[in-house]
Amino acid sequence: MEPTSHINVQDLNVYYGNTQALKDININIPDKQITAIIGPSGCGKTTLLRTFNRLVDTVDGIRVTGKVFVDGEDIFDPKADVTLIRKKMGLLSQRPYPLPMSIFDNVAYGPKIHGIKKKKILEGIVENHLKIASLWDEVKDRLHEPASRLSIGQQQRLCLARGLAVEPEIILADEPTSALDPKSSLYIENRFRELRSEYSIVMVTHILRQAKRLADYIIFLYLGELIEHGPVNEIFENPKEERTREYIKGVIS
Amino acid sequence: MLSKKIEENIFKALMITATLIVLLSSVFIIITILIKGLPAMNLDMITKTPKGGYYLGKSGGILNAIVGSLILTGGATLVSIFFSLPVALYANVYADKSSKIVAFSRVSLDVLWGVPSIVYGAFGFTIMLFFGLKASLLGGIITVALLIFPIMSRAMDEVIRMVPQELLNSSYALGATKFETALKVVVRQSLPGILSAVLIAFGRGIGDAASVIFTAGFSDRIPFSLFEPAATLPLAVFFQLGTPFPEVQERAYASALILTIIVFLVSIGSRILIRRYSKHVIK
Repeated sequence: MEPTSHINVQDLNVYYGNTQALKDININIPDKQITAIIGPSGCGKTTLLRTFNRLVDTVDGIRVTGKVFVDGEDIFDPKADVTLIRKKMGLLSQRPYPLPMSIFDNVAYGPKIHGIKKKKILEGIVENHLKIASLWDEVKDRLHEPASRLSIGQQQRLCLARGLAVEPEIILADEPTSALDPKSSLYIENRFRELRSEYSIVMVTHILRQAKRLADYIIFLYLGELIEHGPVNEIFENPKEERTREYIKGVIS
Repeated sequence: MLSKKIEENIFKALMITATLIVLLSSVFIIITILIKGLPAMNLDMITKTPKGGYYLGKSGGILNAIVGSLILTGGATLVSIFFSLPVALYANVYADKSSKIVAFSRVSLDVLWGVPSIVYGAFGFTIMLFFGLKASLLGGIITVALLIFPIMSRAMDEVIRMVPQELLNSSYALGATKFETALKVVVRQSLPGILSAVLIAFGRGIGDAASVIFTAGFSDRIPFSLFEPAATLPLAVFFQLGTPFPEVQERAYASALILTIIVFLVSIGSRILIRRYSKHVIK
């Protein structure tokens, strides 16, 4: 196990009832880089991402074997505190789901449940993280309006600010731009470029061009198996595996 | 093409007919109550307790029943909320989607929904006998709470079931526990629906006569303690309507009118609340 890696996966198998979604996955996710998980639909990309913060727990009839280490701690250990594991990671989903409360409360929600009560401190956290998500200027005069009134692009940036407000080390993103218009997508991609110096970002994407222009490291999954992984240039210019080559060329999808 | 159009028109006609039948029946009932009740309506009806004999009194008012109904149904609604909300949250946030206990509970509650209210009355009466309780406000509250619990919990269950899993996930992903998620996210997201559930249950409770006839009893005074018998509007209507005196029967319609107005006002009030809480709901 490499000590520099935040996330380290060993012999991971995930089953939904009788179907196996992930088969014997072994991988180290590089730190302070953008890692893109690519592969055709239904290959287990989202499942892999959701094992990292144990959101797979919420799925009925799921069974996980193997180990996932986050900062050296096996997160599937029965003694592991799932709320602390999740606090280490911010999540962006395919479609933004702001919480049913005001813009301010959305960002303050995480810090509040982790024990920050002082209004002044919360105000600072909210302002700071809305600025990081480059949403502050658009919402600073209506922080107490419902988050549901924001446009979908703004909502996704709000979700980014909300995720960052719990001060995670890792950002997990599941096709974070798939519901957004091109301009909003660009916003999110630019934020990711800025954030990569401080966070390890793992994103699922089905847009190969996005993976190519944004990611440093690529993980290619096919039918639940880890086919190939490596730096972005290697994977796109000189893939070792036939299936990777075919997927990148668009032969298989 | 033509057959499609005919099909469309037939269904449209069916829907309009159904709507009209329901609408006209309600209008007909309300008009009946108005015509027969208005002559007996006066300020005394809502500000005084009955005078001139027992509760069939020809003068005075039915303040005893108004207050009794409001306290009894209000109390029962509160009690029912304390049981219904945890049940609905458990079924949708804590339990597995495939949980057999939850599936069984849903069926049981649906069956209980259809049980006649007189059965609840008899059941409540048995419980009261067991505890040595006489017909009282408390007995009525317990029985009506039992009566409206299946309605309230299933209505809450249905609205909470609509909360998308992804919304729960976004709360879990921030490190929130199920409890925090249930209380701060699920309840807020489904608050308009939860209020509707409370309203439906209140409406059912305040209009029911059979469940309170043995359990709350009747009294011509305003109850001052939980252990005193309490009058209720449906029973006031029932008793007054059962007398052979036309002027008392008239007062029954006036009482029914008051009951209808109370339900109407509560409904308007909760609709205003529902609108206020709807703005945060994530679609």
